[in-house]
Amino acid sequence: MARIEILKTYKLYIGGQFPRTESGRYYTLLDKKNKVIADICLGSRKDFRNAVVAARAAFGAWSGRTAYNRAQILYRIAEMLETRKAQFIVELIQQGSTKINAEKEVALAVDRLVYYAGWCDKFQQIFSSVNPVASSHFNFSVPEPTGVVAVVAPQDSSLIGLVSIIAPIIAGGNVCIALASEKMPLCSITFAEVLATSDLAGGVVNILTGKTSELISHMSSHMDVNAVVYAGKDQKEILLIKENATLNVKRVFVYQNDWNKTESQNPYFIFDAQEIKTTWHPIESIGVGGAKY
Amino acid sequence: MTTKTKSSAKPKLDFTSGWGYAPAPESSEHIKLEKRYGHFINGQFVKPSGGKYFPTINPSTEKQISEVALGDARDIDKAVKAARSAYEKVWKKMPGSERGKYLYRVARIIQERARELSVIESMDGGKSIRESRDIDIPLAAAHFFYYAGWADKLEYAFPNRKVEPVGVAGQIIPWNFPLLMAAWKIAPALACGNTVVLKPAETTPLTAMKLAEIFRDAGLPPGVVNIVNGDGRAGAALVNHPGIDKVAFTGSTDVGKIIQKAIAGTKKKATLELGGKAANIIFEDAAIDQAVEGIINGIFFNQGHVCCAGSRLFVQESVADLVIRKLKDRMQTLIVGDPMDKNTDIGAINSKEQLDKINDYLKIGVEEGAEMWQSGCAIPKNGYYCRPTIFLHVSQSHRIVQEEIFGPVLAIQTFRTVDEVIEKANNTPFGLSAGVWTDKGSKIFNLTSKLRAGVIWANTYNKFDPTSPFGGYKESGFGREGGLHGLMPYVNLK
Repeated sequence: MARIEILKTYKLYIGGQFPRTESGRYYTLLDKKNKVIADICLGSRKDFRNAVVAARAAFGAWSGRTAYNRAQILYRIAEMLETRKAQFIVELIQQGSTKINAEKEVALAVDRLVYYAGWCDKFQQIFSSVNPVASSHFNFSVPEPTGVVAVVAPQDSSLIGLVSIIAPIIAGGNVCIALASEKMPLCSITFAEVLATSDLAGGVVNILTGKTSELISHMSSHMDVNAVVYAGKDQKEILLIKENATLNVKRVFVYQNDWNKTESQNPYFIFDAQEIKTTWHPIESIGVGGAKY
Repeated sequence: MTTKTKSSAKPKLDFTSGWGYAPAPESSEHIKLEKRYGHFINGQFVKPSGGKYFPTINPSTEKQISEVALGDARDIDKAVKAARSAYEKVWKKMPGSERGKYLYRVARIIQERARELSVIESMDGGKSIRESRDIDIPLAAAHFFYYAGWADKLEYAFPNRKVEPVGVAGQIIPWNFPLLMAAWKIAPALACGNTVVLKPAETTPLTAMKLAEIFRDAGLPPGVVNIVNGDGRAGAALVNHPGIDKVAFTGSTDVGKIIQKAIAGTKKKATLELGGKAANIIFEDAAIDQAVEGIINGIFFNQGHVCCAGSRLFVQESVADLVIRKLKDRMQTLIVGDPMDKNTDIGAINSKEQLDKINDYLKIGVEEGAEMWQSGCAIPKNGYYCRPTIFLHVSQSHRIVQEEIFGPVLAIQTFRTVDEVIEKANNTPFGLSAGVWTDKGSKIFNLTSKLRAGVIWANTYNKFDPTSPFGGYKESGFGREGGLHGLMPYVNLK
C-alpha cells in the first residue's frame, strides 16, 4: 500500500515565526483540475499590522549591519534556495507551470539573489557623492534605507516576482512586508522557510497571503509604513495606493516588469527605496599656509 | 528691556548702552520696478486672462510695492502650451552644450544684477539685506552656474542608463527664498532638457519677474521658462493641468499631501520638499560658544522662515544652564528691524498672515505650560515683526515641539544620553534636517548615521550649496534638489 503523504500547512511568516492568520480565515487553492492543493491563510489587517510592528523592530538592527554582512546573508538565502530547488519546482508545476519553465524560474531566482547579494556593498559607492561645496566644509551624500516597505507582489508569478522585488529592498537595508500572489501563493511561504534558515533575522522580511483587494488599502494607509511597491497593472489599485500614500507621504513605486528578463535586475531597484542623506562638517581653516609637501 | 514672562532673568551683560549702531540702509534708488506685472509666457510679459491684479506688499512698511497678475486656469493653460511647444520644437532637440550656454548666461546676468535683486528680495520678502546679498542671490547664480555644466554631461551621472528629459515641469515655490527656490527648480530642469511653468509665491513675486527679464535678456528661447503669478488657485490649476509631466513643489506638508493626492491618478512625477522640525543637538563636549552661534543661525536665520530651521533644541543636561544663559545673552544682541539696514540680523516677518500664525503659536506655547522668553530688543512700529523667542520646559507632546511654526521660535529640551536624544530627535513625522554639536568625531558619525533626516549639519548649521543635495525623509517629502542627485527628478532613465 502506498504511503500516505504528509501535506504541508501553509501559514504566514511574521517576525520570523509561522503563525496562522489571527482571523482564522482561509481560501482554498485549486489546481487546474480543480483538485485541492492547500488551504491558504486569508491574511487580515491585524496580520499586516503585526507584521509592520515586527518589521519596524527589525529595521534598526538590519540597516545597522555591515554591508558585507548583508551581502553574506543574501548569498546564504541563494544557497538555501539552491538546495531546495526541487521543492519549488514541484510547487510551480502544481500551480500550472511546465517543468522546463519551473526549473528556469527557480534557477533565475537563485541567480537574482546572488546578483543582489553582490550589490549590497557596492550600490552605495555608485549612488554616493562627495560634494565640492564652495566653502570650508567637507560634504558627502550617501543612500540610506527608506525604512518599512510594503510590497504587493506580482499576481502572475509565484517565486521570481517576489524574489526580484524583495531582494533589492533588503539589500538596501530596508525591511518589508510582502503580500504574495493571491493566485499563486505556494512558493511565497516556502520561500519564507528558506529565509527562516538563512541567518536573516526575524521581521526583516514578512510574508502574508490573502486577498489583494482586501489588504492594499491597509498596506497603503498604515502610518508606520514608509514606502509601497506595487507590482501590477490594475489602475484602480494603483490609484488607491497612491491616494492613501499621501497620508504620511509614502514613496510609491509601481513595477510592471517582466521579471524573467535580465533587464529586470539593476541597482536602480535598490535606489528606489533609498533616501539620500547629506552630511556637512566644517574644515578648520586655521594655519592655511598650504601643503608644502 | 521688555520681556513677556515674569520668570525671565535680567541679562547679565549690558546691551542697551554703548551698543548702538548708526543706521546703514541699503539704497533702493537704483531699483527698476514696474507698477504692475503680468505673467511671463512664451517670452513675453502678458496681461492676465481675467484682468485681475493683486498688490505685493513690503512687509517691513506694510506699503504696496507693485501689483501682480492674479493668474487663473486660462493663464496656466497658455503657459503649459507654450512650454510644451518650446519643449518639442526647441529645447529637447538642442544639444546639451548649447542649453548649458544659456544657463551660464543666466548665471552671469544674475551676478551682474545681484545688488538690484538683493534689494528687491529684501523689499518684497522682508529678509535682511545682508542675507539676500550674501546668501540668496549669490547661491541663485551659483545654482545656474552649477547645473549649466551638467547639461552636456548627463550620461556620466547615471551609470549604464540613457538619459531623457521628462517634458514639461510645473514648479511651485515658496516665499522664504523666492529667487533661490526659483533657481533650485529651474536650473536642473533646464539642464536636463525640460521646459518649465513656474508659479511664484503670492507674497514674493517680484524677483521672479526680474528673473523673467533675465531670461528674456539672455535670449532664452520663448516658452522654455514661463512664469504665472497668482495664488493657490493658479498653483492648483498647474498641478492638475494634463499637459505637465512633472510637479516640483516646495512648501508646507499639508499642501504637499494635497498635491501628491491630486496627481495620484496620473503618470506625473513629483518632487516634494516639505516642512521640517529639525533637532539641533548640543552635547556637553561641544565648543559651546560655537554651538550657541549655531543655535542662533539655526533658528533665527531668515526670521526662522526656513523649512530646515533648527527649531527643536536639545541640550545635554550638564551644560543646559550654561548654554541657555549664553543663548539668552547672544539673543539680546540680535538686531530686529529694517531689512534694508545692513546691521539688521532679523528682518520682517514675510506677511501679516504668517505673523498671526507665529503669534498664535506663541500663545499656544504659553497655554501648554511652557516658559516663554523673548529678547528685549526694540522693534519698529510699522511692519510685521517678531522678537526672537525661546520656550523652556517643553515636552515632546507640546504642539510647539511637534508642529512647524516657520518663525523665530525655538523650543528647548534637555537630554542625558545619546540613545535618549536620538529617540527624541527622531520622534517626529518630519525628517528634513538635523544638527549635531560635539568635538568627538565618532559621536558625530554615530548621530549623523542614526538621525532620520536628509541633511545633517555637524558643528555647523543652515549651510547650502548647489553641489549639495537637499531634501527630506518621511513627511518632509521626497526627491533631492542640488548636486548630482538633484538631476534625478528631471530625467527619465532608459
